[in-house]
Amino acid sequence: MSAADALLDAVCGITPVARDADGPVFREPWEAEAFAMAVALNEAGLFTWSEWAEALSQEIRRAQAAGDPDLGDSYYHHWLAALERLVAEKGVAAPEALAERCAAWDRAARATPHGRPILLENDPLAPA
Amino acid sequence: MHEHSHGHHHDDHDHDHEGSELSPMALRVRALESILVEKGYVDPAALDVLIETYETKIGPRNGARVVAKAWADEEYRAWLRTDATAAIHSLGFTGRQGEHMVAVENTAEEHNLVVCTLCSCYPWPVLGLPPVWYKSAPYRSRAVIDPRGVLADFGVTLPAATRIRVWDSTAETRYLVIPMRPAGTEGWDEEALARLVTRDSMIGTGLARTLEELRP
Repeated sequence: MSAADALLDAVCGITPVARDADGPVFREPWEAEAFAMAVALNEAGLFTWSEWAEALSQEIRRAQAAGDPDLGDSYYHHWLAALERLVAEKGVAAPEALAERCAAWDRAARATPHGRPILLENDPLAPA
Repeated sequence: MHEHSHGHHHDDHDHDHEGSELSPMALRVRALESILVEKGYVDPAALDVLIETYETKIGPRNGARVVAKAWADEEYRAWLRTDATAAIHSLGFTGRQGEHMVAVENTAEEHNLVVCTLCSCYPWPVLGLPPVWYKSAPYRSRAVIDPRGVLADFGVTLPAATRIRVWDSTAETRYLVIPMRPAGTEGWDEEALARLVTRDSMIGTGLARTLEELRP
């Protein structure tokens, strides 16, 4: 919890985080997963909180400049964009690799009957 | 539609069996996560623990307010029973996966249990994110086949005479269980009552806290 709280403290000065008395409020599962990934990557030492805050604030400014009213509902969009950018800057995954993997997940989802777990192996183009 | 031979209540499922679809954001998250896992930067189990922490701490507060109000305010309770969607929206809880809500009320005669047998449909606006176990295949299948056994796993033993009714969530209808109000809480205000309402009690895998449990 302390790592997550530190993260919230690091970003709270920049923009209001949707949160109640005890923590942030997620609207969809992917938001929680994106949140958890940032916490885990900080714990893994990939970036510091100040690096994170800087990346996130840049993404938010960029989105605002592009016309996002930024009412809090797009918060985790910026969050994920910041994560993707930091991961690329740190040499963990290039944007091209992420885009390729996105397409693979998309093919896997479409090949998976609804209600079954969507697995990357379900991608019809996956290497055998 | 899938078939069950069980006697439990079962709405027509709205699930599409053609194939699955992930939103663009969900795809990006999965793409990033799968690469990070492969490279050893994150452990999926650790992510689950983080998410579990947040989902159990966060969302259910909204649902607890709904239940507390229903306990304290007879008129609101009647409204919740007849039009849960509107009654819940009136408290400001709206959003995806909570569009059509049905409130089911526990009594001494009948206990309600909510599941989504096919995926993990869940009323996010009132309960937050679904807990990991709710999404798990064992819960999804056993809740229907052996609800009493599932309740026992959660430490809940009901009188043999109490019927258990299993509600299968659909893409369109989400259920909120109104647990039985604990004895000895007459005259409590909504805020105090809300502290008795747990997430699991609103899914049906738990009961509201008793006064004994509330004491430190």
